[in-house]
Amino acid sequence: MGRLRRVSAPAAELVNTSKRYGEVQAVRDVSFVIEPGEVVAMLGPNGAGKTTSISLMLGTRKPTSGTVRLFGMDPKDLKARSRIGVMLQESGVPGMLRVAEIVELFRSYYPAPLATAEAIRMAGLEEKAKSLVKDLSGGQRQRLYFALAVCGDPDALFLDEPTVGMDVEGRRRFLEEIGALATKGRTVVLTTHYLEEADQLARRVIVIDHGRVIADSTPAAIKARVAGKRVTFSTGTRPDESQFAGLPLNSKQIEDHRVRLLTNEPEQVLRELFRRGVEIQNLEVAGADLEEAFVAMTHQQTQT
Amino acid sequence: MSTVTARSATAPVLPMLARQSYAEFVKLFRVPAFSVTSIVLPTMFYAFIGLGQAKEPLFPGSAVTFGEYFLASMALYGVANVMVLGFGISLANERGQKQDLLMKSTPLQAPVFFTAKALSALAIALISIVVLGLFAAVAAGVQLDASQWLTLGARAMLCSIPFIGLGFALGYLAGPNSAPAVTNLIYLPTAFASGLFFPLRLLPQFLQNLAPYLPLYRGAQLVWDSVGARTEGGSIASDWLYMGAYTVVFFLLALWAYRRDQGKKFN
Repeated sequence: MGRLRRVSAPAAELVNTSKRYGEVQAVRDVSFVIEPGEVVAMLGPNGAGKTTSISLMLGTRKPTSGTVRLFGMDPKDLKARSRIGVMLQESGVPGMLRVAEIVELFRSYYPAPLATAEAIRMAGLEEKAKSLVKDLSGGQRQRLYFALAVCGDPDALFLDEPTVGMDVEGRRRFLEEIGALATKGRTVVLTTHYLEEADQLARRVIVIDHGRVIADSTPAAIKARVAGKRVTFSTGTRPDESQFAGLPLNSKQIEDHRVRLLTNEPEQVLRELFRRGVEIQNLEVAGADLEEAFVAMTHQQTQT
Repeated sequence: MSTVTARSATAPVLPMLARQSYAEFVKLFRVPAFSVTSIVLPTMFYAFIGLGQAKEPLFPGSAVTFGEYFLASMALYGVANVMVLGFGISLANERGQKQDLLMKSTPLQAPVFFTAKALSALAIALISIVVLGLFAAVAAGVQLDASQWLTLGARAMLCSIPFIGLGFALGYLAGPNSAPAVTNLIYLPTAFASGLFFPLRLLPQFLQNLAPYLPLYRGAQLVWDSVGARTEGGSIASDWLYMGAYTVVFFLLALWAYRRDQGKKFN
């Protein structure tokens, strides 16, 4: 029966979960299920509620209302916690331990850990195994956190902004290792700012903004929604709202003579603007950054 | 996933405790600011204050020498110092660096963590009294029976237990920046007021009135007693009773401080 449960229970599950810190509503009535073996990216701007959602799944935060389960258990249950590995933002580790020592220490918390050398290899820290933790660079420290997350050979990994501070090589290796873990059927939940990272790793993206899930689908579908172009230009005369009526825009900002548009179809928008006789100067068309894309996306959300 | 035999769902506690204790020990030991002050300071005080007058009688006509009295005093000072600093300051620092955040999401249980911290601090306390004892025997020529050495060592270690609770409480109540100051502000004057540096009867009257209520004073009576340097009347039994009561009070305070901190962070 234990076996049956193990296979069938979702890796993590939030049911109508809300979390409030005093006046701040960090997570609002969020529900989703993460099945074993899924690789899920949680995407959203700063302060959107990603870290809080992760903390709820880990049981380090208690939901104000709703239910959270980890492998079908209370996230605080040691049996559940023994099956996960975690990387957190801004968490500290003892600086006076050596890399190999702290990996050994964390291994002892788990019932069937990896070999120390294996965890260190996965994190690419072979040459630093004997160094004191306090002597590691920011990127190396981030890789150490990865070693600590995987050393228990967990069924599920929860990684909060894992690649922050990593150099190019560290990041490449990290993404490779995550891919390998996914192939082995491990569940991976990670938060990120970077759409490309989500795109590269995950088969499912959950977009969170203002504590709500505003999208939950494949990276391709998300990209189609957010990967717009930013069109900026100045006009000789102050533009009239009506000149933009009916255009396929995700967002529109007009300040004096400066216009910023966000659209998935810049060619069509520009063709139409020229046709309507809008005087366009200093035209720039560029890929929208994610922050803007989110703004556009939340904008759509409130309009529909 | 490949094996059908159920593997244990959680890690065994004893190896975890062993690893954690080792880690806590090296964490303390590798910080010279801590290990040097805890291990060397009592011996240094002994060299400065005790050595010159080690052979003198504690009071005119008393059989006990100042060297013996001061050995017992510094043994207690040393072990309690390790507990208050080891727990107080290292816990406050770890909280400041958010080390508790990552620990909290691992299957490490709080009782294992705190037991490991206590064991590592006890080990350093033991080193500090061994160093002090060797110094007193070799440099100051203090001669005690084997049973007196053992009683002194055992009592000093036992008397450190309430201070584990106190240090633990300080670690959760004081901020990382204020912890060393707060700790020293409480600890040093208390050690003076308890008669650890100068016999109580040389201190001002108000301190003499206050002293019997201080935990270090009660501990001091017990260690002084083991070398025959007990300064006051009263019985060993009542001293142990006081120490027991302080242990309960300090650990309750620690538990309250811990819960308060956890409530703030993990609710």
